[in-house]
Amino acid sequence: MSRKARIYVTLKPTLLDAQGRVVQQALTNIGFEGVENVRMGKYIEIDLADEAASESNVADMCARLLANPVTEDFRLDLEDA
Amino acid sequence: MKFGVIQFPGSNCDQDAYFAALNVLEQPTEYIWHESTDLAGFDCVIVPGGFSYGDYLRCGAVAALSPVMGAVKKHAAAGGLVMGVCNGFQILCESGLLPGALLRNEGLRFVCKHIFMRIENAGTRFTSAGAKGQVLRVPIAHGEGNYYCDDATLKELNGNGQVILRYCSPAGAIDRACNPNGALDGIAGIVNREGNVAGMMPHPERACEPVLGSTDGLVILRSLLAGQGLSKGSVCLRPE
Repeated sequence: MSRKARIYVTLKPTLLDAQGRVVQQALTNIGFEGVENVRMGKYIEIDLADEAASESNVADMCARLLANPVTEDFRLDLEDA
Repeated sequence: MKFGVIQFPGSNCDQDAYFAALNVLEQPTEYIWHESTDLAGFDCVIVPGGFSYGDYLRCGAVAALSPVMGAVKKHAAAGGLVMGVCNGFQILCESGLLPGALLRNEGLRFVCKHIFMRIENAGTRFTSAGAKGQVLRVPIAHGEGNYYCDDATLKELNGNGQVILRYCSPAGAIDRACNPNGALDGIAGIVNREGNVAGMMPHPERACEPVLGSTDGLVILRSLLAGQGLSKGSVCLRPE
């Protein structure tokens, strides 16, 4: 049985998200009210063999490659595929 | 002085850098393939611009983990010169050889034009052929050149004279309007604490002959030669 890691990589809250701001403006422009803030990020799915499917292993993947610790935070969920 | 120019899949300024080192600086120059793990004999390694590995995931992230970057780290640790331009700067930041990161341009556009940048520290092995305050006109061409680091790192960079180049007006004034990408503190280029690894978004190799519209990049390129004969790892030629 394999497992699936769902990884969310987002810009650190202290950083200006220029892309998010444009999308926020665009949503407002087409009539959606109350759009207070938009932050853009990345969503990554990884299918893992059992022996690789530990939270620490996936966190290590995030720290070493999938997210840049200078500019990004990550969050991960592991679930049965 | 022997130059090496790294070639990743997707590099596109490798030939410009090679030309500048071989034909303009007239130094022995070789390409280095990204799978190479041996940089013995090279004095200066140039990490060129482009879109290494398609810039997938993040600019420079995959290249930073390629075999050759392990060798570049060893070369740097031994005091060898490393200069990253544009994507090369992004790769050096991703690899941890330089602090900080390059974010998406504040204006979200890819910017391709000549800019002005001021030499902030002429005491480094990348700027010693120029003078402090000297303004250089050099092209940029990037979508992710918005330099960022945390406050503590910025303080350290400024305090140690590690900011070597800053975007400025033609007259040399640091002005938000002359910052093409939103870079923190107008930073266009930095050097590591040891003084032998530098990265910059502007392209000196594209401003090294009159036919290219500017020869100001020669100030940076000639600086690389000016440190010859110094013991490896020497930081400053003219400490300020």
